Amino acid sequence: MSRRNAFWFWVFVGPFALGLALFTYVPLLWSVALSFFDAHNTVTPTHFVGLHNYTAMLRDDAFLDSLRTFLVFTAFIVPATYVFSLSLALMVNRLRRARAFFRSVFFLPAACSYVVAALVWKMSLFNGVRFGLANTVLGWFGGDPVAWLSTTDPPWYWLVIVTVRLWLQAGFYMILFLAGLQRIDPVLYEAAAVDGARPGWTVLRHITLPQLRATSVAVVLLLVINAFQAFDEFYNLLSDARGYPPYARPPLVYLYYTALGQGQNLGLGSAGAVILALVIAVVTVGQARWLRLGRTDTDG
Amino acid sequence: MDDALVRAGRALRLVLLIALALLFLIPFYLLVRNGLSSERDITSPEWTFFPGELRWGNVRELFDDPSVPFARSLLNSALIAVATTLGTLLLASLAGYGLARIPYRHANKVFYGILGTLLVPAAVTFVPSFVLVSSLGWISTLRGLIVPTLFSAFACFVFRQYFLGFPRELEDAAQVDGLGYWRTYWLVVVPNARPVFAAVGTIVFLGAWNSFLWPLVIGQDQNAWTVQVALSSFTTSQVIRLHELFVAAAVSILPLLLVFLCFQRWIVAGVERSGID
Repeated sequence: MSRRNAFWFWVFVGPFALGLALFTYVPLLWSVALSFFDAHNTVTPTHFVGLHNYTAMLRDDAFLDSLRTFLVFTAFIVPATYVFSLSLALMVNRLRRARAFFRSVFFLPAACSYVVAALVWKMSLFNGVRFGLANTVLGWFGGDPVAWLSTTDPPWYWLVIVTVRLWLQAGFYMILFLAGLQRIDPVLYEAAAVDGARPGWTVLRHITLPQLRATSVAVVLLLVINAFQAFDEFYNLLSDARGYPPYARPPLVYLYYTALGQGQNLGLGSAGAVILALVIAVVTVGQARWLRLGRTDTDG
Repeated sequence: MDDALVRAGRALRLVLLIALALLFLIPFYLLVRNGLSSERDITSPEWTFFPGELRWGNVRELFDDPSVPFARSLLNSALIAVATTLGTLLLASLAGYGLARIPYRHANKVFYGILGTLLVPAAVTFVPSFVLVSSLGWISTLRGLIVPTLFSAFACFVFRQYFLGFPRELEDAAQVDGLGYWRTYWLVVVPNARPVFAAVGTIVFLGAWNSFLWPLVIGQDQNAWTVQVALSSFTTSQVIRLHELFVAAAVSILPLLLVFLCFQRWIVAGVERSGID
């Protein structure tokens, strides 16, 4: 009986597990191996260089700068998306009519790709010439046109980068918050009303937010993981026929040019990928602990 | 007095929501407006909300342009998105069911092995995966674009969670009737699990259609471009024909908007039950 179960277990799980091993574990191990070699333009190098790629990467100002770019980006996008999508959820949740309509409108950008969104932002909204929509609106208030993507002082390009992602993902997180809000027991609000708590800030702070704690932690976790993966909008907003400007390169953009650009330095690129994977694993595990903490709090 | 305040607050909220909704729709409007404008209307020094004339001919011009294989890239994207969706649903649902329902000594170890890959975000593995795919000789092939993306630990996890909460009675009855795991799965479980298939399917389809980094890395030959890579090559090239670019982008989101509007209910349900909170 148990042997029959083992057979069927592997019939069901085997193909998936095998593919996952082949296309996730094998590349990872191969990449770790490659990171100890001098691998230009080749996946089967012979020149062993030990930790040289790692020290080179950790001393590379451009790589360290890309990690800083990620930190700045995260510091903008995580709180902004959190507050904005929670506000949307709170407003949509209280609607009596047209709730489905507003939910759809805010969720609709989730169907759009970063490539298309970046295109609209770069070529139409914030294109830096007078006929761009943002500059036209500025003009109504007597402002001068701004070259949004190429102004580094002040760094206006952050406004463009952050708003693209905000537009694309706020609706998705709004859905998560709406699901969380549905699960809050109405009795809690009734009890608060009996106790004389006025609807608004007090109720939000003492009932809604604590009840949303598990959702909140999950949202923050997803936001940080997704911010780490940022590539599409940076690449499509900032690169052009001349290449990528030296500012605002997140780690993946930097790795892309290192590993697959001119030099095809796969050894160096692999070392960078391993470093990045370790950083992400540490952050994720740390946040997962925090998440479990949040769970016991709301259960108890 | 209080009532009037509450009503004023409600009206204010509604006005705010309508304003935000308009802001959220503007990018879609710009896409269509610019796509159906002439180059001159797009770059006119006076910004107008409506273009001087609607040029539906832009669509034909796009497909006739020999310098960009746009029709080919649409076909590639369609093939990739459909194959990825069907393959992922098959592989991940079988694995999810096996993990949830078939008693096996090492099932937990296998499950943690699968879950562990979620710690390594797909985007970080693009260098290692590129190395593997290129050593297989799969660069610029549909195989290279599809096969490595078929094994989604996330989809497997969602299916497992769903099947764990699936009522057991149906399967017990099937087992009493002498159906083994295989036939029970196909004849009893799948027909009763349509919502989760629709939810995961639409999410995977949207992701496959919109994915950019992997097709950019693997689809180096023009014939292997997906629609996202084709669009991106427009924006990074020296000569940009703006109206063509915008009409291409508008065409590229049409299939998705259709999928999205038809299946929105399922996406919302899928997101809500994806087990992330």
